[in-house]
Amino acid sequence: MATLPVDELKIIDFFGPHLAFMHGQSTDTAIVPDKLVKTHCCFCGQQCGIQLKVKGNDVIGFEPWEEFPFNRGMLCPKGVKRYLQGAHPDRLLKAIRRDPQSPSGFSPMGRQEAIEKVAAEIQRIQSAYGNGAIGVLSGASLTTEKAYLMGKFARVCLKTPFIDYNGRLCMVSAGVGNKKAFGVDRAANPWSDIVGAEVVWISGANVAECAPITTNYVWQAREMGAKIIVVDPRITPIARTCDLFLPIKPGRDAALFAGVLHLMIENKWIDGDFIEKQTVGFDKVAEYVKEWTPTKTAEITGIAEPLIRKAAEWWGTAKTSFLMHARGIEHSSHGVQNVLGSINIVLASGRIGRKNCGYATITGQANGQGGREHGQKCDQLPGGRDIFNPEHRAYIAKVWDVDEKEIPGPGVDAYEIFRKIDRGEIKGLLSLCFNPKVSLPDSGFVQRCLEKLEFYVAIDFFLNETARHADIVLPGSLQEEDEGVVAQIEGRVIKINKAVDCPGEAQEDWKLIQGIAKALGREKGFTFQSPREIFEELRIASKGGVCDYSGITYEKIEKQFGVCWPCPSEDPQGRPIDHPGTVRLFEPGTWNPIAKGAGPYYFPDGKAHFNVAAYSPPTEDVDAEYPLILTTGRVVSQFLSGTQTRRIGPLVNQYAEPRIEMHPQLAATLGIKDGDWATAETRRSSVTLKAQVVATIRPDTIFIPYHWSGAKTANRLTIAAQDPLSKIPEYKACACRVKKASEPAYVKTLEPQQ
Amino acid sequence: MAVPSNQHFFIDPSRCIGCQSCVQACSECDTHKGTPMIHLEYVERSISTQTTPVICMHCESPTCAQVCPADAIKKTEDGVVQSARKPRCIACNNCVLACPFGVPKMNAGWELMTKCDMCYDRTSEGKKPMCATVCPSQALFFGTFAEIEALRPRSRPVNEFRFGEQLVKTKVLMMVPRGGLTEVVDVTAAMHGATPQRTVHLDLMMSGVFANAAEGK
Repeated sequence: MATLPVDELKIIDFFGPHLAFMHGQSTDTAIVPDKLVKTHCCFCGQQCGIQLKVKGNDVIGFEPWEEFPFNRGMLCPKGVKRYLQGAHPDRLLKAIRRDPQSPSGFSPMGRQEAIEKVAAEIQRIQSAYGNGAIGVLSGASLTTEKAYLMGKFARVCLKTPFIDYNGRLCMVSAGVGNKKAFGVDRAANPWSDIVGAEVVWISGANVAECAPITTNYVWQAREMGAKIIVVDPRITPIARTCDLFLPIKPGRDAALFAGVLHLMIENKWIDGDFIEKQTVGFDKVAEYVKEWTPTKTAEITGIAEPLIRKAAEWWGTAKTSFLMHARGIEHSSHGVQNVLGSINIVLASGRIGRKNCGYATITGQANGQGGREHGQKCDQLPGGRDIFNPEHRAYIAKVWDVDEKEIPGPGVDAYEIFRKIDRGEIKGLLSLCFNPKVSLPDSGFVQRCLEKLEFYVAIDFFLNETARHADIVLPGSLQEEDEGVVAQIEGRVIKINKAVDCPGEAQEDWKLIQGIAKALGREKGFTFQSPREIFEELRIASKGGVCDYSGITYEKIEKQFGVCWPCPSEDPQGRPIDHPGTVRLFEPGTWNPIAKGAGPYYFPDGKAHFNVAAYSPPTEDVDAEYPLILTTGRVVSQFLSGTQTRRIGPLVNQYAEPRIEMHPQLAATLGIKDGDWATAETRRSSVTLKAQVVATIRPDTIFIPYHWSGAKTANRLTIAAQDPLSKIPEYKACACRVKKASEPAYVKTLEPQQ
Repeated sequence: MAVPSNQHFFIDPSRCIGCQSCVQACSECDTHKGTPMIHLEYVERSISTQTTPVICMHCESPTCAQVCPADAIKKTEDGVVQSARKPRCIACNNCVLACPFGVPKMNAGWELMTKCDMCYDRTSEGKKPMCATVCPSQALFFGTFAEIEALRPRSRPVNEFRFGEQLVKTKVLMMVPRGGLTEVVDVTAAMHGATPQRTVHLDLMMSGVFANAAEGK
């Protein structure tokens, strides 16, 4: 019964989001904290080091951690105010169950009783419809220990193939592209390689707002002489003072990369020796880009031809360089092609695997890297292993002490899980660290699917928008209430340290999961006593895989401020070693378990692969009816679906509600002025928000940030088109139209963050 | 203790990304909890994402102190101009109106002028100010002249500002470009391949600063 139990406004009244400001002990100017806990921010993939001030069982503030080398004390506003999620009035302190008779729609219940009810419902559904009738949605903001446990829990305990995670909305296009080109999915270089590069190319990455600390690396590169090229439909703060701004039409990145490679080949700005000795597949790619003349590239991308020529010349003639991209090119129904296009211009330049010659995707979530390595993806097993590979299955079956045949085959992506719910194939859902009602495209469809579930259990610390549909919500843990590792933006495995205990009946997520396993009578393999014990098993499970953690220990992480994987415990001859970790991938002469010495890339021949990166327009292109491109993204003060950041008062006050960004030329034709209400409409739905009229966006494009819910969510509008390989949704381009509007009804009933 | 004499505050608005980390961190200070003392403004959001962080410039001869009828604004020996002293401040707003940089603000609830004191609780103990520590773009930088010279070869610090007839010398330094600036101010300009040169005129920073910058010192 996953319909909302009562009117949503009533649920909001009780469970928020409400705003927390500095309160209690944190307002006391004379207070001395009991301790400072060195840990990391709970939000983005940069995982800035931070010290949390702890008094009693409260986090009351922060102190910069200047010794941590990646950010040296720097923090964005989310990091500064993150502590306000602790002791929050909306915090779930007890398990709750759906109760239409209760004014809030939910009634409290004992945690153990709730866990037993969850187990009973799972058993009921599985005996009625089969094991695959239960789906699991997990997340990449979890520690790697939890992510590993979730993959094992779904396959071994629930025996369902249907687990996937919210990294499906985030890292998968980069992941597939990197695996196809390099055989391994990780940022190739440390961020220190940005400083000293001659050219820094940033495609589809609002660095200043989504990865703020990276800004200083980019600016420092420029101080040392780098030219900064930014490709974006908007002049974001990182684009404002860049050296070359390419105002690309959303969804046309593969075309730009093809056009640049065309000019590189034409002008012999390529490294023929590297291409010949270190790569395969160049000829086919060269053949494909022949048609991508500057004129055609300009026509398709909406970028003036001289700027394309200038970019190709700067990129082509540089001696060192760093290319990075993010969701701007990846959130596309051809996201993998966009990624491969960018890798092609890196490989053609020969500038990779050396100091100041780098390539990376900018990871989104806290554990966007580690969360995609150890088996919570639908087709993956720990260590970056493949679920359809018999050898990989056999190895993991041995670690898990199960028969290989018991491990289910590949499942489906997160959106397809919802389609399966829609078709009645999945009847029960367990979610942890995922708020799909806000974060998935075409959220109206997601809501209709949730309403079809027979049973839905959510684990969360706040009642997020999706969990409002749950039959039972188990009170989970905040990041600062548990320990474990995450892999940050550079592939550096770092340690999250516990600062306070879970309040009330809230419990560490891994304990809740193990509690369900026990209540199901399937506790074998789920009797870990600590995150460290899970990590020790994960080390073994990852050993010999591409993402090899076997040589990483909690102690080594602390000693050297993180350890970059691969970090094997044995050398190629099987002798124990004390490996320091691999800071930079693809260095000449390096060994990996796939190439076995044949070359530095993770293929049997040790070579990097060029792939034809074909351009095709967005799935839903503009037409007379819907003449504008809608693109979505983030603002600096909010994070993802806002479950945490829409509850932190100072962050909400910084940018309270989403606005529709549009160019003055467009606004003039629509008769809209800055601050007017406007309705953006697509074939899915419409939202009415205030207009922000700015000359920093293409006139054929509008932008709406996606962190809000309900009537304000940009994802009511977005299209559920997906990349055929990565299955990432197309958040960055769909067709829409805009008209002037009057004040919407929600203004009188909802606070800005609700 | 005093602020170490070799440690200086440098502001480079060209680096600023408007993230407000400085504002949010300032409001965490133990001495003025919940109230930020730093101002971060868009210059003109309709045409640019340019923002400018404004902290107290800590003038050698502080105008705010000169115009204070109650002698409430004091400067420490190490050159930090402090917030108004509560027992003396009469909340007359003279300082608010007179400061050429627009820094002091009247806190109506407290009936007291408050402003940035360069995190004196931190800097006098050898730590960096909170805003400069957290600033993700390092538009706010705290360190030595040797460090700034090594890290910022494209710009140079100035600390003399002319306001009409008044020349103001400050403890805090502003980074200005050594060369000219090219700015794209409108996406349509870049779409059509034209990236017109634009000179930015801000009343705050008068011609003297730009003249010095143009000499390429």
